[in-house]
Amino acid sequence: MSIATVLNKSATLFGAKTPIPFEGLTTKIAELLSMAPTDVQNAFWTIAVGALCATCCALAGCFLVLRRMSLLGDALSHSVLAGMAAVYLVTGGVEPVPMLIGALIAGVMTAVLTQFVHKAANLPEDSSIGIVFTSLFAFGVVVVSQAKHVHLDLDCVLFGDLAFAGVDLRPMMGWLWPHSFQSLVPSLVITLLFLIVFWKELRLTSFDPVLAVTLGFSAGVMHYLLTTVVAIVTVSAMGVVGLLVVALLIVPPATARLLTNRLSTMLWLSCLLGTVATTIGYFLALKWDSSAAGLTAVVAGIELLAAIVFSPLDGLLGRTIRTVRLRTRICAEDVLAGLFRKQERGDADAGVAVSTVQECIELAGNGFLAAGSIRWLKTRQLLDHSGNRVSLTARGYNYGRSLVRSHRLWEAYLHENFDLPHDHLHDPAEAMEHFIGPEIQRQITDELAAPAEDPHGREIPHIER
Amino acid sequence: MLGNQTLIVLIGTLLLGVASGMVGTFAVLRRRALVGDVVAHSALPGLCLSFLLFHSRSMILLLCGALVSGLLGAVVVALMKRFTRLREDAIQGIVLSVFYGGGIALTRFIQNRYRNEPGSDLESFIIGRAATMLKADVLQIAAVALVTTIIVLVLYKELTLLSFDEQFCRVQGWSTMGLDLTLMLLTAITVVVGLPAVGVVLTAALLIIPPSAARFWTDRLSTMMMIACLFGGASGVVGTLVSANISGLPTGPLIVMTSTVIFIASWLFAPHRGVVWNGNRSRDLDVDPSWLVTESQFADESPADLQIKRGSGM
Repeated sequence: MSIATVLNKSATLFGAKTPIPFEGLTTKIAELLSMAPTDVQNAFWTIAVGALCATCCALAGCFLVLRRMSLLGDALSHSVLAGMAAVYLVTGGVEPVPMLIGALIAGVMTAVLTQFVHKAANLPEDSSIGIVFTSLFAFGVVVVSQAKHVHLDLDCVLFGDLAFAGVDLRPMMGWLWPHSFQSLVPSLVITLLFLIVFWKELRLTSFDPVLAVTLGFSAGVMHYLLTTVVAIVTVSAMGVVGLLVVALLIVPPATARLLTNRLSTMLWLSCLLGTVATTIGYFLALKWDSSAAGLTAVVAGIELLAAIVFSPLDGLLGRTIRTVRLRTRICAEDVLAGLFRKQERGDADAGVAVSTVQECIELAGNGFLAAGSIRWLKTRQLLDHSGNRVSLTARGYNYGRSLVRSHRLWEAYLHENFDLPHDHLHDPAEAMEHFIGPEIQRQITDELAAPAEDPHGREIPHIER
Repeated sequence: MLGNQTLIVLIGTLLLGVASGMVGTFAVLRRRALVGDVVAHSALPGLCLSFLLFHSRSMILLLCGALVSGLLGAVVVALMKRFTRLREDAIQGIVLSVFYGGGIALTRFIQNRYRNEPGSDLESFIIGRAATMLKADVLQIAAVALVTTIIVLVLYKELTLLSFDEQFCRVQGWSTMGLDLTLMLLTAITVVVGLPAVGVVLTAALLIIPPSAARFWTDRLSTMMMIACLFGGASGVVGTLVSANISGLPTGPLIVMTSTVIFIASWLFAPHRGVVWNGNRSRDLDVDPSWLVTESQFADESPADLQIKRGSGM
């Protein structure tokens, strides 16, 4: 038995027409948090509405982001107002069904008109989007500002009323549900059906439109189907979050895109991120007495920022750490190779190259990572360090020898295969020596028939196996 | 017949339209049409923070805050383009909606907390409220219009080069980044000055629609710019007059609607390019270089465009 059924069973014990399906739990939580039970109910329904809204938007928005249609989502959220305004002008009323149809038509019209202005008037696509949605929105604002009807409210379109979504409850099937469920639940069902029925086609046309066309799937049909679904989602979500529906459409999917390369993961992750954003946004709005939709957008933005910095795929932090590690290793290896060469030149104390910390830092390139690279060497027991006296350990000696071997093998290889003057061989080898492992050393040795000297006449050190 | 207040608003919107038409011409040609939209939406939180900091109604202070955060939005777009793998359209949508969301949250916060303080009704900046324009505001717009005109005239040759042939511009030794930044700055200033009158959501329309309409009338940049200024100014004047005579109609949206009407009329009736003029002539016979689609043009198209192009046999 699932938790929901348990909750529902317990709810029926408390009598059917309660404002929430599981009132017992609500009173318990209310006692726990020392809040009024109605506040807990309110919060519960608001979070539910927000989650539903975020889920619809995220599912449709993933494909907007993947297909580079994000700005269409923005345009749709503006032009939907024009559809509602036109219906009001024609019918003089604000019946929900005609309003919804009008808004839908306006949404699809935006996509069609944008393409039409782009092609027929031969204007750049960004300009045509800008022209179409601002014109439609301006028309909508003018009409709505004249409308004396209580239910056609510009504020609601601009800001939504997530904060009141949990208060406006209507009876349905024996219980009281938030009014916005009436539009959000069908739009979630439609979105899910669309995803399930056209899953294969959607994936194909989003990732490889050319292959899709050659296989006989029409990318254009998918484009307009998707536009219709986005319009449905936008219309149903607008009553809750207003114009900021675009934030829920684009930001969570973009965040998920930074966190994964799999479409299925991206879908559920973006739903989760959107839900978290609406929930936190709602509580922040309560705390600061501000707009829930606005704060939802801000929270979604913070999530995105966190993903940019911390994403395991190519987050800034990870990238910086990888770069610093690589550069530290290269600096450290330069020190090892330098000390090995010093020892090779016979500039050594009882067969061991001795140096000072200053000299090592110089060998490491004097950069801000030089000190770190010396530490790197010491923790790996490649350097001995007592006082100011620095010397190679046996491991360090082997490591440096391998590096110098790589360096000189590469010089020999370049000399053999490319027509380069002698003084052009050192610099590329200096870069390559850090990336040549034993396997490539072996291959070069085989190809050059085990050369004994590099082009400058210096011995290529051998490595005992 | 014309009240003193209407006259002030009229001059203000006229100048605003002219300045936007001039800057917008380059923005549209450089394919930066939606940058204005991003800047406008990003300006809202700065405006609110400026109010919270100074508690002053001074338009200059508010607009300075707006300019700073608008430019910040543009910078964030550039940074995200550089450091993430997201596409430009998604980035624009993200920056626009997140900054705008922050702005909405702040306006609501200010309205609830400083209800009794004058000038706390910052929500008027969302749709704009031209009717309450003061003489000082008009003077500011005039100053900005003058400065943009001077900058555009001084850099006219360079901006032209940048708009039509970026690579040649670079080869000639001009800093395209510097010029782009100048253009961005001009766009941002024009947008921010337009905020009190036309509002956050619609200011971008003034940058986009008049130059796009002007494009139908001419192939010469100088002519296009003048026509764009004319159209922008005319939209401002007509929109203001209509809203002054019918009470309760918001000025900003009316200005935008006027420019839309001009756009549609241009599309229909402009010589050579207009639909009516072209009447019976087949487009295929009228060889227009812009109809020659090259490979590189496909590169930035969305999948659906590709399909449509293929479908029509191009």
